[in-house]
Amino acid sequence: MQTSGYRQAFRILIIVMLWAATPAGSLGVEPEDAGTGLPVIPPMNLVAADTPNDNGNGITLRWDCPPGDDGSGAVISGYVVLRSENSREGYLETAVLGPGTAKYIDNGPAADPVTGEKIHFIRNKPYYYRVAARYASGYRAVSGASGPVQGRAQWFHDGKIPVLTATVLFFALVILYIQKARLQGSELYVRPIAGMKEIDNAIGRATEMGRPILYVLGLGSPEDIATIASYTILARVARKTAEYRTELIVPCNEPIVMTIAQETVRNAYMEAGHPDAYSDDMVFFVTSMQFAYVAAVNGLMLREKTATNCYFGKFYAESLLLSETGNIAGSIQVAGTDEVAQLPFFVTTCDYTLIGEELYAASAYLGRDPLLLGALKAQDFAKALVMILIVAGAVLMSFGIDWLLEIITVRM
Amino acid sequence: MDSNPWIWNTIAAFFTIGTFSFLYKDNPLYKIAESVVVGIAAGYFAVLLFWTSLRPKFWDMIVYEHKYWYVIPGLLGIMMYFRFSRKWGWLSRYPLALYIGIGSGIAIPLMLQTFVLRQLEATMLPIGFASFEGFSNLLVVLMVLAGLIYFFFSMEHKGVVGKTATFGIWVIMIGFGASFGYTVMARVSLLIGRIQFLLGTWLHLVD
Repeated sequence: MQTSGYRQAFRILIIVMLWAATPAGSLGVEPEDAGTGLPVIPPMNLVAADTPNDNGNGITLRWDCPPGDDGSGAVISGYVVLRSENSREGYLETAVLGPGTAKYIDNGPAADPVTGEKIHFIRNKPYYYRVAARYASGYRAVSGASGPVQGRAQWFHDGKIPVLTATVLFFALVILYIQKARLQGSELYVRPIAGMKEIDNAIGRATEMGRPILYVLGLGSPEDIATIASYTILARVARKTAEYRTELIVPCNEPIVMTIAQETVRNAYMEAGHPDAYSDDMVFFVTSMQFAYVAAVNGLMLREKTATNCYFGKFYAESLLLSETGNIAGSIQVAGTDEVAQLPFFVTTCDYTLIGEELYAASAYLGRDPLLLGALKAQDFAKALVMILIVAGAVLMSFGIDWLLEIITVRM
Repeated sequence: MDSNPWIWNTIAAFFTIGTFSFLYKDNPLYKIAESVVVGIAAGYFAVLLFWTSLRPKFWDMIVYEHKYWYVIPGLLGIMMYFRFSRKWGWLSRYPLALYIGIGSGIAIPLMLQTFVLRQLEATMLPIGFASFEGFSNLLVVLMVLAGLIYFFFSMEHKGVVGKTATFGIWVIMIGFGASFGYTVMARVSLLIGRIQFLLGTWLHLVD
């Protein structure tokens, strides 16, 4: 108790010294706090400015905390942000913040104390702000007004210029290499990918055994790159199953993924010259709920006794549940995903696993389509560029030079 | 409906045991649990979609907020149902093309930002042999380079490239091992949670 008393006295001494060092002219009303004997000082140097790189739905406020605020709440219990459309009156509470806070982005509604009505923040509307410091003793000291300021939308996020540069560069490489692939055709070399070579064998095995092939597109949405890559592999698998007249089962977790998968399989059957063998029932929707989907697919594996299970796409916690069941059922399993956290499970339970980018490369390897080959070659070029940047950046950083790091840093 | 929690806990316990019974083999109890969860999930999702998407993002926007341009995505959504018609099925390809195009447009820069530029930032580290940190950073840089070489598809994995790629796949496998162990621990904690439910909440055998 004695120690605590000394600490409190020391803290008060520091606060008084800080207060004494602060120019008196910059302060607002300073009544004395009856509890601590300290002056009641409002937040200082309040600046309200449009939040940069946003859609206009935010104004950033910054202020200096009064000297009494050590963040503990002992002297100042918090701050109240006040907003008005008029500099002199009509200020409404828009946020209540904790002690030690010196920044706030206002984008929420303010509550009218009389009617209780929520008055929403509107972009391009001029606002004035004040910030009140709430003292633990009950005093409230309000800063001067800052404003008018409007929340304006920006067309470009200047912190993301490195992303724009990288995207433009990458697309230029893709276009360049697609042209090259069109000219050179299948002469462009792509190293063999073990898992893909085995897919044909696995389809052959299913045909010999007279059992179906299960193809799972994962839980990704249609625009996920892994799902897009999976469509290409599905097309290849479907062409083979059409040729061999092997049964194909594609249970889907997402309605739009199902629609695209139906189109993919239908086209593959047409290309294989067996449109009559295609049925919409081959590709069907199960449920969008993750574990309910797993329960259904697991049951399907055991009841239909699938000879080959293919898992290509985006997978989450269901990866092990699916592949372990397939393993127990004795199916040949080939998997591929770019979800790093799920890859260990596929590696341990499947016969072949396409790791990360191998999934994207597989589609190019299978199809030899100039579009896909060109994209793959562009990716390789981009990787070489990344390796050069890593080496150059690491060497420069070792000598304390960080300009390269600054150039590539994305600022949110 | 009876609000007695024991009844609801017993139902939950029945389905928990039914699901666990799959560890032995496929059986009627598991089939019941599977059918119920799939059915309930489908029904729940349909209701959820109506109240979180169709109603607030389409109906309310047009009827109450008079934002009539919301009719356009609505029409695109309706076009998806033309799949059921042989004659008009081609119309469903337009919303699909739009959806994939917009999705890819959003995903590609995001992927470049998170999986290329952010990783690049994190790998540009000061390297050296003089300090532990410098040496550790050197190992990070070498392992990243080896991992990247493994994913290089334009060269055959032979000679120096092959050896570096082998080192790269070893590094990747070590990472997978750590990730596997971490996730298995998390799964075991989920199992513990279900056992605590069965023995504690349901049967009151443990506190």
